[in-house]
Amino acid sequence: MLEAITDTFEVMRDAMPVLMKGLQMTVLITIISLLIALVIGLVFGLFSISKNKVLRAISTVYVNIIRGTPILVQILYIYIGIPAVTDLRFSAFAAGVIVISINAGAYLVEIFRAGINSIDKGQMEAGRTLGFSYGETMRIIILPQAIKRMLPAFVNQFIVSIKDTSLLSVIGIGELLMSGQSIYSANFKAFEILTLVGILYFIIIYTLTLFSRWLERRMDVS
Amino acid sequence: MIKIENLKKSFGKLEVLKDINVKVEPQEVVCVIGPSGSGKSTFLRCINRLEEPTGGAIFIEDTNITDPKNNINKMRQKLGMVFQQFNLFPHMTVLNNITAAPKRLKGISEEDANKIGMQLLEKVGLEDKAKVYPDNLSGGQKQRAAIARALAMEPNIMLFDEPTSALDPEMVGDVLEVMKDLAKEGMTMVIVTHEMGFAREVADRVIFMDGGYIVEEGDPEQIFDNPQHERTKAFLSKVL
Ligand SMILES: Nc1ncnc2c1ncn2[C@@H]1O[C@H](COP(=O)(O)OP(=O)(O)OP(=O)(O)O)[C@@H](O)[C@H]1O
Ligand SMILES: [Mg+2]
Repeated sequence: MLEAITDTFEVMRDAMPVLMKGLQMTVLITIISLLIALVIGLVFGLFSISKNKVLRAISTVYVNIIRGTPILVQILYIYIGIPAVTDLRFSAFAAGVIVISINAGAYLVEIFRAGINSIDKGQMEAGRTLGFSYGETMRIIILPQAIKRMLPAFVNQFIVSIKDTSLLSVIGIGELLMSGQSIYSANFKAFEILTLVGILYFIIIYTLTLFSRWLERRMDVS
Repeated sequence: MIKIENLKKSFGKLEVLKDINVKVEPQEVVCVIGPSGSGKSTFLRCINRLEEPTGGAIFIEDTNITDPKNNINKMRQKLGMVFQQFNLFPHMTVLNNITAAPKRLKGISEEDANKIGMQLLEKVGLEDKAKVYPDNLSGGQKQRAAIARALAMEPNIMLFDEPTSALDPEMVGDVLEVMKDLAKEGMTMVIVTHEMGFAREVADRVIFMDGGYIVEEGDPEQIFDNPQHERTKAFLSKVL
């Protein structure tokens, strides 16, 4: 019995270096993708509240397509589908970043839109009345207030995207789950390795969840 | 100073302003009164194009502000506006609320802007609130800060939309005092108000609006003591 437990720990300890590499990849892809997604979310979020019908339509179509299809399909589409009919080739890493970015971006569009709409109309009017342009009022007056309110939702999207990166294992990116798979296909200790993989995801995600809740509480106070 | 010709404004099918003609002379104080829903706010908001007029023309110092060729952002710098709900920027200190526009739009240095800001705060009696955030001010203080913010762009004309309607009664006096000072200094002002006493005391001219028209206008004595139209009489008998 005791031997079985020490065995388990040994398996886990030996797996740690590779898993930590995988975890690094998971975090790296998530951070790069989220940064790109923030830009996408801001731009298409502004489209979605614009007076221009065409811009609004572009934003709606983008959001609906991404939210209306499974992310696994999107991954295969970018990595295998598009190269099958064009000369475009993506490395697995690039394909992963693209998919997570446009996927998180679509959800951030809604977060930006809701955040900006939550700011009282009088703020825009006050800014415009002073002589600021629409863009200046957005940048100086509306967005600083809106982004503060959006912070908990940003952190939640970060959590969702971290989980989504595990799907990138299907195109062979060495993120956390893929690293685990490569270990247990060699040592056949699937139970121990997957438990450890789960624990590593959990630690990161739960920490972020607590952070997000803390942010939400702080918002309520102010 | 302001010349409004055949101004019309509709929201969809609802025609709110039907045919408004007004002239405001330099240094004149004009108070606009009338029942709720008569189009007073819409009228005021058309003057700085917060509402896009559906007809007519508005000239500010001979520039047609309804002409899309004219830069509305530049023209608005000359038109201060004060709202019923203050609309201070909650993420900036009171001083920054005041200095944000002159710094960014007029390229005034931080130091000079702060100096101007402090002078304005002194003028409205809030010099000790410079570093405070708007959430920590009373309603009357907020409105005085909002007036200071509008003045910081050195406008030629100030527009007020019921500046005291959201205030507790004991706060109204301070705000009206600041506005009286402005009138004495010769600021051109258009004020939508329910404060009949204030209108009588400060206005050079009172405009009574009802149903999207200017029903009657004249100096305060004429309007308040000797109204000519039935609708003016009916309105005044309710509010006085
Ligand atoms: N953005 C808008 N869209 C549609 N209708 C509007 C809009 N703004 C105002 N209205 C309508 O126009 C009419 C005039 O409104 P306005 O706010 O100008 O009246 P007011 O004289 O300022 O009234 P109050 O004394 O209550 O402030 C009202 O019937 C109002 O419902
Ligand atoms: Mg009104």
